[in-house]
Amino acid sequence: MFKSITLGQYYPSDSILHKLDPRVKVIATFGYIISLFLINNFTGYIIAGAFLAVCVGLSKVPLRFILNGMKGILFLLLITVIFNLFLTPGTPVFRFWKLQITMEGIVFASKMAIRLIFLIICSTLMTLTTTPNQLTDALESIGRPLTVLHVPVHEVAMMMSIALRFIPILAEETDKIEKAQMARGADFESGGLIQKIKAMVPLLVPLFISAFRRANDLAMAMEARCYRGGDGRTKMKPLVYEKRDAAAYTIFLAFLAVIIVLRFVPAGRMI
Amino acid sequence: MIFTKKLSHDYLKKDDEGNVIGKVRALDDVNVHVKPGEFVAILGHNGSGKSTFAKHINALLYPTEGTVTVDGMDTTNDNDLWKIRQEAGMIFQNPDNQIIGQVVEEDVGFGPENLGVPTKEIWERVEESLRAVGMYEYRKKSPNHLSGGQKQRVSIAGVIAMHPKCIIMDEPTAMLDPGGRREVIEAAHGLNQVEGITILLITHYMEEAIGADRVIVMDQGKVAMEGTPREVFSHVEELRSLKLDVPEATMLAYKLQKAGLPLPDGILTKEELADALAKTGLFPEMTADKTPAGTADPSADKTSAGTADKSEDQM
Repeated sequence: MFKSITLGQYYPSDSILHKLDPRVKVIATFGYIISLFLINNFTGYIIAGAFLAVCVGLSKVPLRFILNGMKGILFLLLITVIFNLFLTPGTPVFRFWKLQITMEGIVFASKMAIRLIFLIICSTLMTLTTTPNQLTDALESIGRPLTVLHVPVHEVAMMMSIALRFIPILAEETDKIEKAQMARGADFESGGLIQKIKAMVPLLVPLFISAFRRANDLAMAMEARCYRGGDGRTKMKPLVYEKRDAAAYTIFLAFLAVIIVLRFVPAGRMI
Repeated sequence: MIFTKKLSHDYLKKDDEGNVIGKVRALDDVNVHVKPGEFVAILGHNGSGKSTFAKHINALLYPTEGTVTVDGMDTTNDNDLWKIRQEAGMIFQNPDNQIIGQVVEEDVGFGPENLGVPTKEIWERVEESLRAVGMYEYRKKSPNHLSGGQKQRVSIAGVIAMHPKCIIMDEPTAMLDPGGRREVIEAAHGLNQVEGITILLITHYMEEAIGADRVIVMDQGKVAMEGTPREVFSHVEELRSLKLDVPEATMLAYKLQKAGLPLPDGILTKEELADALAKTGLFPEMTADKTPAGTADPSADKTSAGTADKSEDQM
């Protein structure tokens, strides 16, 4: 039941995108998502799409892995498109019964759809080319300035990486408990939603108890190995920017500049 | 290396509101001296206080009465706390609950990272410690894909990377299969002999204590017996009254002795038993050709080694 959980859908490869510093990827992904909401004409979307297509090409990740990420939002995408299509007021193009599709509706719905699709593709691409570990390291490094504001950045990153390590262990344990309870006649399949939720109780209570016990053991093991928070700690695998990271930043900034120019300096035909 | 003087520890029993309603004496007047480079096994049944004792050495628990000193440092002195934890590494029972990294090499690097060791040296330490326990080929693997014995060896490597003088192993084999148990015990002996690291092995498997320099038997928070494995295991009746077994060969020798065979006390292994039986002269076929008993054992070892390999392959 929980075996199928795979966290961090990392696709191993040795592409240039995989080799980039994770900080570059996190910041660029974030910047790209913002840029998607800055764009207000189709020229911008074509440029953003081309940029994304080049990144996908460079990543050497098979296209189906990237499209897999879309499955999860298909429903959301459909709803967004349908609502925008039918509920935007403007000049009607097509109508039947009480529903009408307007020109503005078509434009708006397609813009929303493109935005969502690009957003998902770019974040999927980031998780496909970055291991969860690199991701936590990057977030810790990017968030470091926040320690001035007493945000426990190192602690949060440590919690994230411990959580990642324990997910498969707890998934396996859930499986064991589930089988043990089924052997004693627990029924997880039949009944309505409420009954199914109630049936989870004998699964979750032992799981929580065991998780707390593990947490206790782990804390003791970490203390025994001299863990005392982030101060004075060195890194086995420190993040170091290289030439290609600088190049990636430059390219991304150039892209961002083009998007901003397109947004605020109306050029060509605007739709 | 490790001195405990009149060490006592009370666990407080608390009710739901946190008021103390009683106490349980887990350790009672324990005086132990472990010399540098020694391999000491601590035996005892559940609740004998052996784990509580182990946690005192690493300053995870503090004495209620008495003192514990590690390499001359008192564990109650907060200034020495991290130095003590670096010098006296600790291995726990459940391998899953003490591995922090998601990759083997990262987990081994966790200790040195905490000590503030420079990056380049961390890599050197990680390599040397993984080699010391024979896990270097697995450095890029996820700990979740290793067998129990391999995980426990990774934990040991994680402790060695901190360059300890002494390693306390708190029932490191309790959750392992026989193959994994042997891997871990062999790794412990290797470290003791090659690197000269003092080992304190806490266990309830008698067989694991045979190779130790000294055995300490604990019961109800007290040291009940102390001596070389041969001395301790020759007191079969006394051990059984402490709810402890003796190694199988020792038990068999003891029963044969009771049945009237002239065997010496303190037989520990199958080989010793076979030799002693041959020397009695009661089995002429054994003295004529000692191989029957001799070959029986290696072949038995081989089959168990085979199953251990198989279980590794499956992982």
